[in-house]
Amino acid sequence: MLELQHISFAADDGNKEILNDVSLTVKERFVAVTGPNGSGKSTLAKIIAGILQPTEGKILFNGEDITPLSVTERARRGISYAFQQPVRFKGITVKDLVSLAAGRKITVGEACTYLSEVGLCARDYIDREVNASLSGGELKRIEIATVLARGTALSVFDEPEAGIDLWSFQNLISVFEKMHQKTQGSILIISHQERILNIADKIVVIAGGRIEKQGTRDEVLPNLLAGRVCAALQN
Amino acid sequence: MDELEKMLLMQIADLHKVPDGAYNIRSNGASEGRKSTPHIRIENRTDGKAGIDIFVSGETKGESVHIPVVITKTDYRETVYNDFYVEDGADVLIIAGCGIHNCGQAGTEHSGVHTFHLGKNCKVRYVEKHYADGDGSGEKVMDPQTVMYLAEGARMEMETTQIKGIDSTVRTTRAVLEAGADLVIREKIYTHGSQLAKTDFAVQLNGDGAGADIVSRSVAAGDSKQEFELRIDGNGKCRGHSECDAIIMDNAHVTAVPALAANNVDAELIHEAAIGKIAGEQLLKLMTLGLTEGEAEEQIIKGFLS
Repeated sequence: MLELQHISFAADDGNKEILNDVSLTVKERFVAVTGPNGSGKSTLAKIIAGILQPTEGKILFNGEDITPLSVTERARRGISYAFQQPVRFKGITVKDLVSLAAGRKITVGEACTYLSEVGLCARDYIDREVNASLSGGELKRIEIATVLARGTALSVFDEPEAGIDLWSFQNLISVFEKMHQKTQGSILIISHQERILNIADKIVVIAGGRIEKQGTRDEVLPNLLAGRVCAALQN
Repeated sequence: MDELEKMLLMQIADLHKVPDGAYNIRSNGASEGRKSTPHIRIENRTDGKAGIDIFVSGETKGESVHIPVVITKTDYRETVYNDFYVEDGADVLIIAGCGIHNCGQAGTEHSGVHTFHLGKNCKVRYVEKHYADGDGSGEKVMDPQTVMYLAEGARMEMETTQIKGIDSTVRTTRAVLEAGADLVIREKIYTHGSQLAKTDFAVQLNGDGAGADIVSRSVAAGDSKQEFELRIDGNGKCRGHSECDAIIMDNAHVTAVPALAANNVDAELIHEAAIGKIAGEQLLKLMTLGLTEGEAEEQIIKGFLS
C-alpha cells in the first residue's frame, strides 16, 4: 500500500508551487488520478517514482518511509513507473529492454508474451532497437510491456492512453486487469479518459496542485462528468 | 602458443582453436601457423616487407580467412603489410585483428597496412578487432591503415572495433569505388583513461551507382580524446551517407570533422553528426527498472556499441 502524507512540491527554488498538501492512499486495485492540464498530476507520479523529491511530506510504501530512497531503491521495493513520453535508446533492443525490466535474461517466448499483451506482433519487434525508428504509439506500448515484465506491487502509469490510438482502449484496460490478476497489487493511472476513469475503484481529482475530491468512482465520476459538460458549455 | 596468446586470440577473433579455412597467425613477429586452401592462397611477400599476400580465387563462396596478430613482447614495434587480391565474383569473409599484451615499461606498437584489391562483383566482409591489455606503463599503440579498391559491382562490408586498452591509435581508411560498387563501414570505438583515438576516412565514389554508408559510433570516457575525420567525394551519379555519433563522458574531448564534396550534379551525399552525453531520461528509465545509475550507464554504452 502506498500512502502520501501532506506532499508539497515547489519548482524554481521553491518559488513555483506545483503540489500543495496532497494526502492520499493507494490500496485499491485501480486508482485514477485526473484533473486539468498543469494541475500537478505528472509531478505527483514522478514524486512516487522518486524522480522528484517533495519539498514537504512523507511517502510510505508498505509501511516503510521511502521518502529519502532513490529511484533505484524504490524500483527494487516494488514500484514501477511508465513514462508519459517513453525514452529512446540507440542500440538497445526491445528484447534487451524487456529483459532489463524483468531483471533477468528472458527467453524470446517470454518477451513475446509481454509484447503480444500490448498488441505488438512480437516477431517483428523483439530485435528492433528502441530508437527513433519506432512510432510514438509503438514506444508507448513497449513502455507498458516493461511495466508488465516487472510485475510489481505498485505500477504507476502517466497517461498510458496517449498515442495508442491505433490500439483500442478495451485492450489497454484488459492489460491493466491481467496485470492486477498477476500481481494482486495496485495500479495508479493518470488519465483524462472517461473510459479509464470508468474502471477505477477510486478517483482522485487534482486541480491547482491540491486534491479537489477523492472517493469511489460512483461518488466522484458523475459530478466530474457534469462539471466537464458545464465547462465545455461555458467555453 | 601460450595461454596469454590464446586469450588474445579469443578477444580479437573469437578463436578457441585453429580456425576452419585459410589462416595465418602472426605472433611476436613470426608466423605461428598458416594454411592455404584450394581457393585461398597465403604467401610471403616478395618485396622484402613484413607481411603476406592473400589470393582469393573467383570460385570462393562463403569461405573465411583468419589473419590475427598477437604481441606479448614489450619494447616491440612492427609495421606489417598484408595485401588481398580478390578475384571477380568471389565471396569471402576476412577476419583480422590485433591483440597486444604489454606488461613492461616500454611501448608496443603494431601498424597493419591492409590493401584490398576487389575484382568485379565480388563480395568481401572484413572484420577487425583491436584489443590491448597488460598493466605495465608501456604504451600500446596501433595505427591500422586500410586501403580498398573496389572494381565495378564489388561490395565490401568492413566492421572495425576498438573496445579496450589501446593507448593511441590513428586509423586511416581510404577507398576508391568504381561504378555500382558498394562500401559499408561500421566503426565502434571506446576510449578511456588518457587514450587517443583518431580516425580518418576518405572515400572516392568514382562510378555511377557507387554507394558508401559509413557509420561510426564511439564512447569517450575519462580524459580520453577522439577525433573523427571523414571525407566523401562524389564524382559520379552516386550516393554517400556518413554518420558519426559519439557519447562523451567525464572530461573527454570529441571532435568530428565531416566533409562532403560533390563533383557531379547527380551525387547525393549526406552527413549526420551528433556528440552528446548520456541523456538523463535514459538513465532514469533504466533506474525505474531497478538498475543503479552505474549499471544503467553500462547498459546504455553496451547497447550503443553493440
